[in-house]
Amino acid sequence: MEKFTSVKGIAATMLNKSGNQLSLMMNIDTDMIIPKQFLKTIKRSGLGKNLFDEMRYDMNGNEIESFVLNRDPFTKAQILIAGKNFGCGSSREHAPWSILDFGIKVIIAPSFADIFFNNCFKNGILPIKLSEEKINLLVDDSMKGVEFEVNLINQLIIINEKEFSFEVDVINKDCLVKGLDDIGSTLARATYIDEYEKKVLDNFAWRNPGRD
Amino acid sequence: MSEPKTIYDKIWESHLVYEDNNDCLLYIDRHLIHEVTSPQAFEGLRMSNRSVRKPSNALAVADHNIPTTDRSKGIGDEESEIQIQTLEDNCKEFGIEYIKTSDKRQGIVHIIGPEQGFTLPGLTIVCGDSHTSTHGAFGALAHGIGTSEVEHVLATQTLIQKKAKNFRVTINGKCNQNVTAKDLALSVIGAIGTAGGTGYVIEYTGEAVKSLTIEGRMTLCNLTIEAGARAGLISPDEKTFEYLKDRPMSPKGDDWDKALEYWKTLPSDEGAKYDKSIEIDAANLSPLVTWGTSPEDVISIDGNIPKPEDIEDDSKRSAVKRSLDYMNLTPGSPIKGVEIDRVFIGSCTNGRIEDLREAASIVEGKKVSNNVVAMVVPGSGLVKEQAEKEGLDKIFLSAGFEWREPGCSMCLAMNADKLAPKERCASTSNRNFEGRQGREGRTHLVSPSMAAAAAIKGCLTDVRELIN
Repeated sequence: MEKFTSVKGIAATMLNKSGNQLSLMMNIDTDMIIPKQFLKTIKRSGLGKNLFDEMRYDMNGNEIESFVLNRDPFTKAQILIAGKNFGCGSSREHAPWSILDFGIKVIIAPSFADIFFNNCFKNGILPIKLSEEKINLLVDDSMKGVEFEVNLINQLIIINEKEFSFEVDVINKDCLVKGLDDIGSTLARATYIDEYEKKVLDNFAWRNPGRD
Repeated sequence: MSEPKTIYDKIWESHLVYEDNNDCLLYIDRHLIHEVTSPQAFEGLRMSNRSVRKPSNALAVADHNIPTTDRSKGIGDEESEIQIQTLEDNCKEFGIEYIKTSDKRQGIVHIIGPEQGFTLPGLTIVCGDSHTSTHGAFGALAHGIGTSEVEHVLATQTLIQKKAKNFRVTINGKCNQNVTAKDLALSVIGAIGTAGGTGYVIEYTGEAVKSLTIEGRMTLCNLTIEAGARAGLISPDEKTFEYLKDRPMSPKGDDWDKALEYWKTLPSDEGAKYDKSIEIDAANLSPLVTWGTSPEDVISIDGNIPKPEDIEDDSKRSAVKRSLDYMNLTPGSPIKGVEIDRVFIGSCTNGRIEDLREAASIVEGKKVSNNVVAMVVPGSGLVKEQAEKEGLDKIFLSAGFEWREPGCSMCLAMNADKLAPKERCASTSNRNFEGRQGREGRTHLVSPSMAAAAAIKGCLTDVRELIN
């Protein structure tokens, strides 16, 4: 996994329109992020072109101009801003894979679904929880295509002279900053797993699946 | 005396391998594997030259991609075929039991786990599928994981976890006629929203929950993820034990007795603390239906479609507006009578024998409306076999339903079973998201009996009108 310290780039905002009013799109589910027809792959790479496929392309495969990621400079977005409960639904890790493959490394939303949130850290993506009020202060600059800096070390989003701090769990931060492989660090504790398995075998033999 | 604990606390503590502040390693007893979320995990193992720590703790089956028509001639779609073959090859290479597509035990992972007795109370169960919450019906801590975690479990038989909070959902009272476990689940999602359970494990309790059959409990726990909680739990009882006794993979003899003794210690203690609690009265519920593109968009079948202008919150209002446009529904009008094109009965939510019985009891002696294409997809080969033994297939077929081979099918539409653009479907599945059952397809989530009633009437219908 690539090390993550800071990202400088364009931020795209996912908005819903109701009359003349724009508001943050909530409940963006993983089916929207990457529809099922792209889950037949046996690889992790190459999904970026199908990120938000059904919002991004019409039935004939032509780009829908009004969709944010089809418009310059957002075609190069590295940060995505959205409404609450981002990433709900299916556990498919194809969702963060497609986001990363497109080039997005940071997602800012008021809240995230648990499985998706977890999947992000395993792939070097930083999901940032920020209150809706604070996010609303970012939207204007995002729409103008102003450069954002997301500094994980100092836990700051920096836009021109403005700074917004954010929280991140210590372990998750450490994983991103060092680009750590979880499996490697767990295997380093294999003796604990050995001991645990022995204890189970001795006292709870029924916990092992029976096979005829 | 030690502090009273919830069933979640107990399972969590008994599975801790290592703990250092927030850094916890949890032991995983069971790992269910399917073709869509596993190939990259096995590939990862190969690239790092790692092996599977305990292959006997895993069980694999193809379900998401598989056609529900005759498969003796192959899968028919090249990419799906490769994915299914890759699963079989990976299982062989790493020594994991794989249930072949031609095996009568083949079916949806969450249906075959319990059927085989692979799912047991007090265990931790994971799968690269969000509906793993289903297994919580047995008092197991079960939740969906991503592919990186699938690889982690394969290599280490553990997961790095943080403890979730406890959320108690008490459903009091008795269900009215034709109010099912599906309606209870939809009512919970409607009440707390699709993010209401984020960060929590939900424990279901109360008279209405205890009265549910094991199949009904699975439906309820299955939909927990749609309320944002990764896992749902129901304390095991005599019904649970009876369901599991003598299943192929459940403990036998002495082991069974020891297991039973342990399982009886699992239910939450009197006075256990919950971080959040709600109560619902089952007696107040009618059969429910979703109108929008989020499972929280729930109304009673005798209710009206909401009006965006009645909603104060900006984000919510624009989401409702978007949903209504997508669903092509008129705000303020009754949901009952909305014409449908398709009916889907099946999925890990409602593809078990009891669901098929419930639907068949409505369908018997009637015909599917001329403007509707309706299908039944049993959740597993064993469910199909049992249904055929009971003659349910004949009831469905003579009414004009299609009777298919087991799999996930039109719940997520990865195979050939999908909605055409703009088609409207009454579906017993779990998600009404945009495009879920096919691009521009419109999904209304309902119970099996409500889906059956919709098939007969050709529109969203109150099933009680067909009975009384």
